[in-house]
Amino acid sequence: MKILVCISKTPDTTAKIAFKNGNTQFEDNGVQWIINPYDEWYALVRAIELKEKDPSTTVHLITVGGADAEPIIRKALALGGDEAIRVNSTDLTDSFYVASQIAEVARAGAYDLIFTGKETIDYNNSAIGGMVAELLDLPFVSIATKFEINGNTATIQREIEGGEEANEVTLPVVVSCAKGMAEARIPNMRGIMAARTKPLKVVEPVAVEALTSISSFELPPAKAGVKLVSPDNVGELVRLLHEEAKVI
Amino acid sequence: MSVLILADQADGHFKKTAYEALSYGAKVAELTGTTAEALVLGTVSEDLASLGKYGVKKVHHVANEALNTVDAQVYAKVIAEAVKSTGATIVIFSQNTTGRAVGPRLSVRLKAGLVTAAVALPETSNGFVVRKVSFSGKAFANVAINTDIKIISLNMNAYKIAAGEGTAEVSTLDTAVDAPKIKVTATDKVTGEVPLTEATRVVSGGRGLKGPENWHLLEDLAKALDAATACSRPVADSHWRPHHEHVGQTGVAIAPNLYVALGISGAIQHLAGVNRSKVIVVINKDGEAPFFKAADYGIVGDIFEIVPKLTEEIRKFKGA
Ligand SMILES: Cc1cc2nc3c(=O)[nH]c(=O)nc-3n(C[C@H](O)[C@H](O)[C@H](O)COP(=O)(O)OP(=O)(O)OC[C@H]3O[C@@H](n4cnc5c(N)ncnc54)[C@H](O)[C@@H]3O)c2cc1C
Repeated sequence: MKILVCISKTPDTTAKIAFKNGNTQFEDNGVQWIINPYDEWYALVRAIELKEKDPSTTVHLITVGGADAEPIIRKALALGGDEAIRVNSTDLTDSFYVASQIAEVARAGAYDLIFTGKETIDYNNSAIGGMVAELLDLPFVSIATKFEINGNTATIQREIEGGEEANEVTLPVVVSCAKGMAEARIPNMRGIMAARTKPLKVVEPVAVEALTSISSFELPPAKAGVKLVSPDNVGELVRLLHEEAKVI
Repeated sequence: MSVLILADQADGHFKKTAYEALSYGAKVAELTGTTAEALVLGTVSEDLASLGKYGVKKVHHVANEALNTVDAQVYAKVIAEAVKSTGATIVIFSQNTTGRAVGPRLSVRLKAGLVTAAVALPETSNGFVVRKVSFSGKAFANVAINTDIKIISLNMNAYKIAAGEGTAEVSTLDTAVDAPKIKVTATDKVTGEVPLTEATRVVSGGRGLKGPENWHLLEDLAKALDAATACSRPVADSHWRPHHEHVGQTGVAIAPNLYVALGISGAIQHLAGVNRSKVIVVINKDGEAPFFKAADYGIVGDIFEIVPKLTEEIRKFKGA
C-alpha cells in the first residue's frame, strides 16, 4: 500500500501572533516552526503505525513550501516516513493553490491513501483534504478519529455533530485526521540519523491561479480585564452574569 | 443571481446551524441586492415553507433519501447542479462537519473561491472580503474572494439567528444523485444533549478537579446552567472524560456565549479553542493562572467549595 501524508509548516503553538507590512503578512521574525500538530500527531503517526503493521507499506510525505520547510519535513522523516517531496513554492496564496500542487504529485504517485490533518493551526481553513479529493475525484472522509484497514477496505470512524459515524470505503480515499487516530510520538536518535539519508525530492509547482487572497490580518480587540468576585459572595457572580453580561 | 444556503439537517430535523446560516444568508442577499434561497437535501419531517421566517424566499428540495447521510462527493455534485439551475452566485454553508467536507469539494468543482470559518458579513465596498478565524482564534484574516461564484462557510455561533415572519415557496429539484462510495455502517450520537459545538453555554473542567469521581460537581453546575460539558486536554488524555469533550488547539474549537472554566490553568493551547467565547468565567485557586487574563469574570478560590455554592445560587436564580 502507498500512503501520502500532507505536512504543513506552522508557527509553534505558543508563538506570538503579530503582523507586518500593513497587517498583510505574518511577522515570522523569531518564530519557531513546527509540523502542524494535526498532521504530525494524527495523520503521520497513524500512517507510520499502518506501515509497522504491514511492512510492505510505503509512506511518502509532501509539503508545499520553500527551502525553509526542509527542517520540518526532515523531522517528519525522522518520525518514520520513507521519502519526502517538497513542491518548491513560497507563494502559498490559498488552499486551492496548495491542494492543486498536492493533487498533481498524488496523481503521478498513484497513492492508495492520502492523509491530511483536520486543519492547520495558522490558516484554520480545513480545506486541503476535500479539495485534493475533488481534484482526484476520490471519496473524502473528514475529521476521522479512527482508521483501520482490511485488504482494500478502510473502516473509518468520523466526527459528526454530537457523535461519531462509522464509515466503510474502498481505497483509494482521502482522509482528514483528528484526535483519536494515534498518540503523538517523539522522534528517536535512530530515526533522526536515518532521516538524514532519506530521499527528499524537490519538484517545481504547476501554474495555478488562486481563487482567494488575503487582504489583511487583524488582532481581536483586547479584553477589558477580569472582574474578580469574592469567593464569599458567589451570588454576585450570578447577578453579574444576568444583569451585566446577559448570558443567563 | 441569488444567495443559496444549505439548510443542514440530521435525522429529518434542521440543525441550529441551519438557522444561523439562513439568517446570515438572508442578510448577505440584502447587502448584495439579491434574494436568499435555501437548499434542503434528503428527507425532512419539518415544514419547509416555514424557513421563510429566516428570510429566504424559496426552498429548493432534493428529496432523495440517499442524501440523508453525507457523502461529500455525492453532496458536492448535487449542490453544484443546484447552483447552476438556480443561478446562485453566493453559496453558504455552516462550518460544521458537513460544511468542512463539502465546501472545499464544491469550491474545486465550480472553481469558486471559498472562505471557511467565517465570522462576519462580507465587506462589499471594495471587492468581496470575508473575515475569518485564523491562528486558532488568536487573529482574524480578511480574505478577498476573486471569483464570480463565492462560497462562505460560516462558523458556528458566529451569527445570531434572526427569525421573523414569512413563508417560502417550496419547489422540488430533480437532480440525479450518485450512489455514495462511502457506506455508513453505524452512528453513535449522544442523545438528549446539545452537541458541544452548538451549545450556547459550556462548563469545562481541568486537572484541578483531581479525578473523574469529582465530575458530578461540574455536571450539576452544567445542568443548572443548561450547559454542555467540556474539558482540557490532560483530562481527556487521562480518560477522565471522553475525547469529544476536549477543547483547545488540538481538540474542538468552540464559541459559546458563556464559557465557565473550573480548575483549568488557561494554557495558550487551551485558550486557542475557547478564546472566541463571548463571556469567560474562570474559577481557579491560583490567582496567577494565565486564564484570568483572558477572563471576563473570575473567582480566586477552591472549586470544591465554590462550585456547589454557585450551582445552588444558579438554581435559586432560575427558580425565582
Ligand atoms: C502542541 C500542544 C497542543 C495542545 N493542545 C491542547 C488543547 O487542545 N487543549 C488543552 O486544554 N490543552 C492543550 N495542550 C496542553 C496545554 O498546554 C496544558 O498542558 C493544558 O491545557 C493544561 O490543562 P489543565 O489546565 O487542565 O491542567 P493544569 O495545567 O494542571 O492546571 C490545573 C489548574 O487547576 C487549578 N486548580 C487545582 N486545584 C484546584 C482547586 N481545588 N480549586 C481551583 N483550582 C484548582 C490549578 O491552579 C491550575 O491552574 C496542548 C499542548 C501542546 C504542547
